[in-house]
Amino acid sequence: MRAIDSISFDIAPGEILGVVGESGAGKSLTGASIIGLLEPPGRIASGEVLLEGQRIDNLNNDQLRHIRGRKIGAIFQDPLTSLNPLYSVGKQLTETIQAHLPVSNAEARKRAIDLLKDTGIPAADQRIDHYPHQFSGGMRQRVVIALALAAEPKLIVADEPTTALDVSIQAQIISLLKNICKSRGAAVMLITHDMGVIAETCDRVAVMYAGRIVEIGPVHEVINHPAHPYTAGLMASIPDITQDREYLNQIDGAMPRLNAIPTGCAFNPRCPKVFDRCKVERPELVDAGATRAACWLAGVCA
Amino acid sequence: MTVLVQVDDIAMTFDVSPSLLTRVIERQPKLFLHAVDGVSFEIEKGKTLALVGESGCGKSTVAKLMVGLYQPTRGNMTFDGMDAHATYKSATGLKLRERIQMIFQDPYASLNPRWIVEDIIGEPLKEHGIITDATELKAKVGDLLKSVGLSPLDGPKYPHQFSGGQRQRISIARALATNPEFLVCDEPTSALDVSVQAQVLNIMKDLQKQRGLTYLFISHNLAVVRHVSDSVGVMYLGRLVELADKQSLFATPRHPYTRMLLDAIPKMHDTGRARTAVQGEVPNPLNPPAGCAFNPRCPHANERCRSERPVFKALHGIKVACHAVEEGRI
Repeated sequence: MRAIDSISFDIAPGEILGVVGESGAGKSLTGASIIGLLEPPGRIASGEVLLEGQRIDNLNNDQLRHIRGRKIGAIFQDPLTSLNPLYSVGKQLTETIQAHLPVSNAEARKRAIDLLKDTGIPAADQRIDHYPHQFSGGMRQRVVIALALAAEPKLIVADEPTTALDVSIQAQIISLLKNICKSRGAAVMLITHDMGVIAETCDRVAVMYAGRIVEIGPVHEVINHPAHPYTAGLMASIPDITQDREYLNQIDGAMPRLNAIPTGCAFNPRCPKVFDRCKVERPELVDAGATRAACWLAGVCA
Repeated sequence: MTVLVQVDDIAMTFDVSPSLLTRVIERQPKLFLHAVDGVSFEIEKGKTLALVGESGCGKSTVAKLMVGLYQPTRGNMTFDGMDAHATYKSATGLKLRERIQMIFQDPYASLNPRWIVEDIIGEPLKEHGIITDATELKAKVGDLLKSVGLSPLDGPKYPHQFSGGQRQRISIARALATNPEFLVCDEPTSALDVSVQAQVLNIMKDLQKQRGLTYLFISHNLAVVRHVSDSVGVMYLGRLVELADKQSLFATPRHPYTRMLLDAIPKMHDTGRARTAVQGEVPNPLNPPAGCAFNPRCPHANERCRSERPVFKALHGIKVACHAVEEGRI
């Protein structure tokens, strides 16, 4: 079964690329294949992942361990499950730092406190000896971000980092993530289903549908001038806080299961602009104004 | 307009004390969690009241109080002139439950995976003795499925054969089976993707028009709330801090917490604009701050806010609990 299929994109240092799509679109798998955390029997069947020009998808586990954490940091959705409940956060931070950098215990601890301070944890020098359960959800996610940044990685893969958080806390975490990555020049891949988060955080966004990228481009263009009918439908179905509408636009139907992806364009059964060619031939990403879209009408109707 | 649901100073306190032995040995006092602490509102027939707030503010406890899953520790709820909680316990309780139904958040957890859809939707009809005849039941279930945009042929399928949005429609069909007047919806679309959320919200709106349903809609998503509601109540730590009709709430939010919530929402078309992130977090409800519960996070807090709890009262044509608004400081 092909869960994700022919996905290509790049992220520049200091850039935040958003990956958005509905559940089952393959967002998280895309992230996992970059970090090398695909669970068997999942594997990268073809293609390659390059980090700073060096190929990393064909490395063995030992080599990958050096890259994970050192060069790629990961932030997951649920901060409680990404932290070990049995160790204090300080222990987890210093362990991560010392695994990747040749520093003394005292130095590692100092670094850990600095990281906690950078991520906005008050009284960091005391909090460092606390255990994950003593932190609130938002604070835990800050600890996870501190962990991901511990060895100054070049790339950070953040998979739904704010989905488990309340909206006021979400705003804090997003601005933290944004500032900290810009200031350190790390490239960020931000995976989320929340278009609002993408809008305020990312430079570019890739919209995924049924395991493929259907549109990719600068975030402002994708949101305001979507070229793919799926992106347009997705945007229109999001309730808007600033205006009243009697009915929301809806995309009828649901995303196909991965083992039953229709021939031609995967979106064709739900597409309002479908025509004969869509049902037979699969469109590739082509230039469509300021973005790139995988649609036979791209550049025509946009 | 007639008021269908009226809630007066309703409260729910949970006893979260350690065990008796621990209390005796370690000399710990009893510990109470005031999940809902004096909430009052009314909903007119055919209208939607939305309750919003962050996790742990007591929204879902209010929902469970409404449908009688909890017995309130204080206050009461009047439904169509009856004291609801007294009625729930009386012989006519079942009749009242027919008129008040609930839709839950997670359509994966609220449908029995071993039952076929027909049995799931038909159960309330059988339970309440509305329809006993098998063929009649099948026809009624078919009608209900059609009313939520599914096909009568879906009856013999199991829940796992449906997508999340379709499952939530099955829950709605089940809630509609007894022909209720009042639906309590606890985060009905929070577990759904946006394109599917739109489908479910549109169906709920259609059903409200066709059947004159009254909704209590609980959500943490203000954009969804703006779309579905007629009036909105904002909750913080077990209390209402602002209750207003939709237009005034979104045009001129009064309470600093409501403003904070509105500011915290990412603006879709304003790309790259940073939100005004509000500092601090919801305090521990076991140990709420003195005075106004929001004072540690409030930019307008003064001495009075830290010592005296503001009363929830009518001001500027809405209801709000805030010293600063009352004194005209904001």
